Amino acid sequence: MNTVAFTLFALIMLLTLGITYWASKRTQTTTDFYAAGRSISGWQNGIAISGDYMSAASFLGIAGLIALNGFDGFLYSVGWLVAYLVVLIVVAEPLRNTGRYTLADMLAYRLKAKPVRSAAALSTMAISTFYMIAQLVGAGGIIKLLLGLQYEVSIILIGVLMILYVAFGGMLATTWVQIIKAVLLMTGTILLGLLVLSHFSFSIVEIFNQVSAKYGQSFLEPGKLYKNPLDNLSLGLALLAGTAGLPHILIRFYTVPNAKEARTSVAWAMVIIGSFYIMTTFLGFGAALLVGQEKIKAADKAGNMAAPLLADALGGNFFLAFISAVAFATILAVVAGLVISAAGAFAHDFYFNVLRGGQVTEREQMRVAKWASIGVGVVAIILALLAKEQNVAFLVALAFAVAASANLPVIVFSLFWKRFNTTGAVSGILTGLISSILLVLVSPNLMEPDQALFPLKNPAILSVPLGMLGAVLGTLLSREPEAERNFNELYVRSQTGIGAE
Amino acid sequence: MTTDSHGIDWEQIARSPEFRMLMKRKRRFMTWSVVFFSLYYFALPVLTGYFRFLNTPVFGSMNGAYLFALSQFFMAWVLAFLYIRHANRMDRLIEEIICKRKEKAS
Repeated sequence: MNTVAFTLFALIMLLTLGITYWASKRTQTTTDFYAAGRSISGWQNGIAISGDYMSAASFLGIAGLIALNGFDGFLYSVGWLVAYLVVLIVVAEPLRNTGRYTLADMLAYRLKAKPVRSAAALSTMAISTFYMIAQLVGAGGIIKLLLGLQYEVSIILIGVLMILYVAFGGMLATTWVQIIKAVLLMTGTILLGLLVLSHFSFSIVEIFNQVSAKYGQSFLEPGKLYKNPLDNLSLGLALLAGTAGLPHILIRFYTVPNAKEARTSVAWAMVIIGSFYIMTTFLGFGAALLVGQEKIKAADKAGNMAAPLLADALGGNFFLAFISAVAFATILAVVAGLVISAAGAFAHDFYFNVLRGGQVTEREQMRVAKWASIGVGVVAIILALLAKEQNVAFLVALAFAVAASANLPVIVFSLFWKRFNTTGAVSGILTGLISSILLVLVSPNLMEPDQALFPLKNPAILSVPLGMLGAVLGTLLSREPEAERNFNELYVRSQTGIGAE
Repeated sequence: MTTDSHGIDWEQIARSPEFRMLMKRKRRFMTWSVVFFSLYYFALPVLTGYFRFLNTPVFGSMNGAYLFALSQFFMAWVLAFLYIRHANRMDRLIEEIICKRKEKAS
């Protein structure tokens, strides 16, 4: 076992547990638990959003995709940043102005609380679960490669840590774990990027020339990974519209005191996320040139080891250990964010508002929230253990597709369409959710490519229009005068912040 | 009067010329920016997926496809900057609406 890596892993564990202890003393109310007492400032939240968003899939996965497939790997990076324009311009501020803890709060503002909360809680839990299993299964494999720990041991270790952060430290601990992770990740990426550039006398054109000389000019051209341009468009749509519907990103806007800070946080996140994804080019091409594709594929055929191997080649064992520790922190931060969003959907929306009709004391709400996060964590660990041998990469695509098809249309209609009503929201969420899951079940992800009933790996290009159609039809087929009457209240409040908590 | 528990008359604010002005300007920015970045963003998979002309090398081996992909980052940053500037102006309009409401209330 790599002792330096082990020491760095242990340091990160101690540091994050220390934060959890500190945060647990400051977590008294549900606002503390779900929204860090709205005490996070704009730039802190911006770093935390970046920490929540840049998953192990982006850090290790994209570097590997670019190293093995060239240009096409970079397309993900583009989508992941541009998507934040939707978050910034359409969603972030109105959501902050009208909600308290979860996405459903905004929907319940003018629609009937029980049905919309149930539907939104269902889609939130589905998205978080898909995302979490993908992260955990990937994490198990990566930690096994880096530290030599057994898959089961890695999953249980990460699972127990994430449960501790969320159950005891709530959103405050989760936020700081994400901030630390983002700072570590950016430091590691910038160092790696600079080391790569220094090998090519800081000339980007030189890197491209050498890639072209070694792997051929076609490596720098599109079409190596995605043969069907339509698949590519569908993925692009899922990334663009899905990000603004991801519950674990949306709940981050409740941790800041007002809409202006929510706006500032997205701006900070865009600077960090954008810089990071530009750097993935250097990491990917650097790994292809300085490590070589054979060695990357030999370590892990999906390419996940490209960045750690590059660190080893450029900075030796210490740097390898550092990058491995960064990957570990990355996984912890992302899964903690997912646990708290799923727990919020269950405890706040489903248990508190639907089952108990809002008649629960603050003390009991806190108790249920903590137990819900422990429950979500345990279920995630069990599912990840069962999914050990599965290729679960498609689950992330599915999470984005569900967020794009079930959540985003309903969010936008609720904010801007007066006629929109409860039936529309429920039918929109359910159509988006069910159609994306069904389309993935009959797609090449799970069927033999030549037998698949739906030819695309990502369902968004069909499921997003279906989700919208569901919401529109549901609305037009029913009337709800109360939802229309309350529209102005939501409209004024969401756009001006008057009356916002 | 349709005031709620906070004593806020939402209908009256919604009908006021100040709020209508605010929403006109907000919606105008939102519409053109969403249309613009969607077109710019989907131009990348369309132009690289269905056409080949972006594969022409521009600087050394660096081709048009990569430069266009890279330009997406700068497009996003510039548009975010423009939005923040616009939103800060809208904040001032919102403050006026809030001030007026308080004057009326007192």
